[in-house]
Amino acid sequence: MDYFKQDLASLHDLLVKKEVSVTDLVKETLTTIKERDQKLAAFLTLNEQAALDQAAKLDQQGIDPANILAGIPLAIKDNIVTKNLRTTAASKILENFQPIYDATVMEKLAAQQAVTIGKTNLDEFAMGGSTENSAFQITKNAWDQTKVPGGSSGGSAAAVAGGEVLAALGSDTGGSIRQPAAFNGIVGVKPTYGRVSRYGLIAFASSLDQIGPFTRNVKDNALLLNAISGLDPHDSTSSNQKVPDFAAGLDGNIKNMKIAVPKEYLGEGIAEPVKAAIKQAISTFEKLGATVDEVSLPHSKYGVPVYYIIASSEASSNLQRFDGIRYGYRAQDVKNLEDVYVKSRSEAFGDEVKRRIMLGTFSLSAGTYDAFFKKAAQVRTLICQDFAKVFADYDLILGPTAPTTAFGIGEDIDDPITMYMNDILTIPVNLAGLPGMSLPAGFADGLPIGLQLIANRFAENTMYRAGYAFEQATDFHKEIPAIGGQN
Amino acid sequence: MAINAEEVKHVAGLAKLAFSETELQKFTGQMDEIIKMVQQLSEVDTTDVPVTSHVTDAKNVLRPDTAQPGVDRDLLMKNVPDSQDGYIKVPAIIDESGEA
Amino acid sequence: MNFETTIGLEVHVEMKTNSKAFSPAPVKYGSAPNTNTNVVDWGYPGALPTVNKRVIEFGMRAALALHCTVTRDMIFNRKNYFYPDNPKAYQITQSDTPIGRHGWLEIEVDGKKKKVGIEEMHVEEDAGKNTHNPDGYSYVDLNRQGTPLIEIVSKPEISSAEEAYAYLVKLRQVIQFTGISDVKMEEGSMRADVNVSVRPIGADKLGIRTEMKNLNSFEHVRKGAHYESKRQQRVLMAGGKVQQETRRFDEASGETILMRVKEGASDYRYFPEPDLPPVHISDEWLEEVRQSLPEMPENRRARYVNDWGLPEYDAGVLTQTKEMSDFFEAAVAQGADPKLAANWLMGEVNAYLNAKQIDLPETALTPVNLATMIKLIENETISSKIAKKVFKEIITNGSEPKAWVESKGLVQLSDPAVLQPIIDQVLDGNQKSIDDFKNGKDRAIGFLVGQIMKQTHGKANPKVVNKLLIASLKAR
Repeated sequence: MDYFKQDLASLHDLLVKKEVSVTDLVKETLTTIKERDQKLAAFLTLNEQAALDQAAKLDQQGIDPANILAGIPLAIKDNIVTKNLRTTAASKILENFQPIYDATVMEKLAAQQAVTIGKTNLDEFAMGGSTENSAFQITKNAWDQTKVPGGSSGGSAAAVAGGEVLAALGSDTGGSIRQPAAFNGIVGVKPTYGRVSRYGLIAFASSLDQIGPFTRNVKDNALLLNAISGLDPHDSTSSNQKVPDFAAGLDGNIKNMKIAVPKEYLGEGIAEPVKAAIKQAISTFEKLGATVDEVSLPHSKYGVPVYYIIASSEASSNLQRFDGIRYGYRAQDVKNLEDVYVKSRSEAFGDEVKRRIMLGTFSLSAGTYDAFFKKAAQVRTLICQDFAKVFADYDLILGPTAPTTAFGIGEDIDDPITMYMNDILTIPVNLAGLPGMSLPAGFADGLPIGLQLIANRFAENTMYRAGYAFEQATDFHKEIPAIGGQN
Repeated sequence: MAINAEEVKHVAGLAKLAFSETELQKFTGQMDEIIKMVQQLSEVDTTDVPVTSHVTDAKNVLRPDTAQPGVDRDLLMKNVPDSQDGYIKVPAIIDESGEA
Repeated sequence: MNFETTIGLEVHVEMKTNSKAFSPAPVKYGSAPNTNTNVVDWGYPGALPTVNKRVIEFGMRAALALHCTVTRDMIFNRKNYFYPDNPKAYQITQSDTPIGRHGWLEIEVDGKKKKVGIEEMHVEEDAGKNTHNPDGYSYVDLNRQGTPLIEIVSKPEISSAEEAYAYLVKLRQVIQFTGISDVKMEEGSMRADVNVSVRPIGADKLGIRTEMKNLNSFEHVRKGAHYESKRQQRVLMAGGKVQQETRRFDEASGETILMRVKEGASDYRYFPEPDLPPVHISDEWLEEVRQSLPEMPENRRARYVNDWGLPEYDAGVLTQTKEMSDFFEAAVAQGADPKLAANWLMGEVNAYLNAKQIDLPETALTPVNLATMIKLIENETISSKIAKKVFKEIITNGSEPKAWVESKGLVQLSDPAVLQPIIDQVLDGNQKSIDDFKNGKDRAIGFLVGQIMKQTHGKANPKVVNKLLIASLKAR
């Protein structure tokens, strides 16, 4: 199956009409993955037998025309727990971990009869922006295998961009869906905080994490978000807001939509080709009848420090449960309980995870709490207020997703600060709990550039409508990487 | 504010992590840089600014007091490195030398 | 030099809920290890907590019963520390916004009443159980993990071991009346941490305090606090310094023993729990809980004295536990005379409970049966002698007293028409007693009554018999 020639609707149609059987689709998908993953290394675990069993069952009972996802192979980021399917969070500490329950999103996908084809690589515990922090393998950018795929959901992004699957799930704590989507030239959405249940997402930073979809076009993205959204009694932070049909009203008409461009998003530190692509996108939106004004998000420059304190603090607490006692890696040469703790954790966590645990532990300590954690939580309020002011007057905020295109593998790995600054444009969105989308907006030296759209809380529809209109007016999403067998 | 190796060691103790001397030097350097970076927050006036701990719109999310049976113990035990008679087994707090 | 003692108590009370504080697993005692647990209790990756509504309401009840200000906007916090019985390596608690603040509890020692301030109270989850074995391993059972607790922190205003004891007794009584807990020390559903310090009388700063943790007997608290106060005074008198340390009360010797010296405060890295959204308590909700709160013992006590004319002592005994007090009120509501009901409960019933070592609800006695029995005594259907038999029957087998008395033919004989022939018959056969009576020997009456009782199998109404007998004797 050439996924570059399909979207969810067309593939669904083939399955309903039995022009393609689910079994053949799953087999072909597995073959493609095995072949392309020699270059991409996007998957950590394949769900071969279970996927084939499910396919056989679906072929027997036929595809329900009302179930757009029925029989569609999906890739799942490996920090989302899947019952009886190894889930590692790309950490040595969970190398052999077999979840005993399904994440809520997995239950929802199962109800839609989607097929889990495998689990994708990520930065260990989703901490990183390049997927180089995986304990197991380095995933490559679908467009250039000397470049990083971005992160932390690099595996899911590369799998979709490389045509291994049509769609995938990732998670986004500070940009971990949008930045790899940008680096791989696909569509990635971080929904409003609370839109999608976090139950079964191995927590990194609980007040920031959201699960979201990767697809090659806007409409597919909306369809996948439809399937995973909604209130979940298992996640008290999930919202009881009504879930609209995100794929409805995608008609290309965005006349009079009011779009704001924060001047901070096109300032210092943003690469010239990225700026140029975004300026071009602005004129596209204006041609479509939207009004575009410059605004200011004065506190957005503090997003990175605020984020690193809050996310690391929450992570330091969330990751304490990995203590070698109830599951996961337990060090062998231990004399007492302290050894179990210290040796298991020191041997099995990678450096980036340790750095963040250390920063978080430090930020929450008695002597530093006020100056670090509390201060960051206060500045977070100011960042939220900045957005609220803009959304009082505008429907949408527009800017780049990342300051640059994908960087080289190994380039920044030993420089945490530079690595952290890559997230400067995506982080504020998580801090404020807003929905954000990255979609293809151009190329520089053969590498994709991402356009970021940010909507008000629970206004994903606005974001999808604008994204769809932009996509219809441009051809960037039609480009196919060399690994796709064309060009 | 800067951080020295002693403080890094103390924090590592709280986090149940241990570092070799080389790692300690590297982490101290990196921690120090990160801490300097995050200290630009001190320039923001946050007088009377409340903290944001949650960005959810949810409030009073409460479950009725209805018990559901416990999950099958064998299933829960599936990932346990060491267990006995239905208990999770861990080396004692104190080692044989009797030191805490 | 003279010293004064300052004691602060932190009391943990396990709530009596169906499910855990932050997971729907059952709250049950005595089950096989790790059978009342789920992925939330185990801290499985990806699992999230959910708040049990009753835990908040029970917290409100306790806060109201202890005259606290109820916090209207609350969040939860994480308290971080590693321990095998603490699976997430953090405990969900309330450090920023405890559910209640600034309450008080009135105690009475040697006839002197005193209000002890309550600093704050908060809801939190209990840990599992970690059992150390001589084989060099610890064995972890997570059944208790997540059981809801309320921690009640007193102000350091308790000035003697006796006051500490009185505080705990009163606290247990009040909590028991709120219905949120069984407050059984022996089952660990009530545990106290005791902080003790001493200072020279008149000193404005409190002395360095020591802490005894997890005491599960009031007597240990009293003895431990007493010993600790004396020990610290001896240290200071000898020119020494009290160290901030954790000590253990040793039951055998009645002494406290050093466990570890505290080096500064532990760093629990408290921060707001991001997985649980804030809780707001509205006026309506608070009022609803206030209305549902059972009447507290001091009110009941006053009512028993003022409305029903019971002595203070009786009112105090009857309000010691909610079961007894509720039972008493129900019996009165069924028409029992309050004083008679009180006498039975404080006398026969308590004696029975003590002898059997059981609680009132474990017997077959019901308020309506007790009330019926009391009425049978009052209207002379049964004698007080027979009543003892009836009581034994209704407390062990729960039989309906009136029906049982009738079926066993134990109804008292009060009808002169029935009794007179029996009396005549007895007199006919005992001429000597009649002679004795005539000669002024009154004790002959006793003998004759005994004979009549024998003839009636103890059922004759002694009052009626006496009256008829004397009249008959005089007539002969």
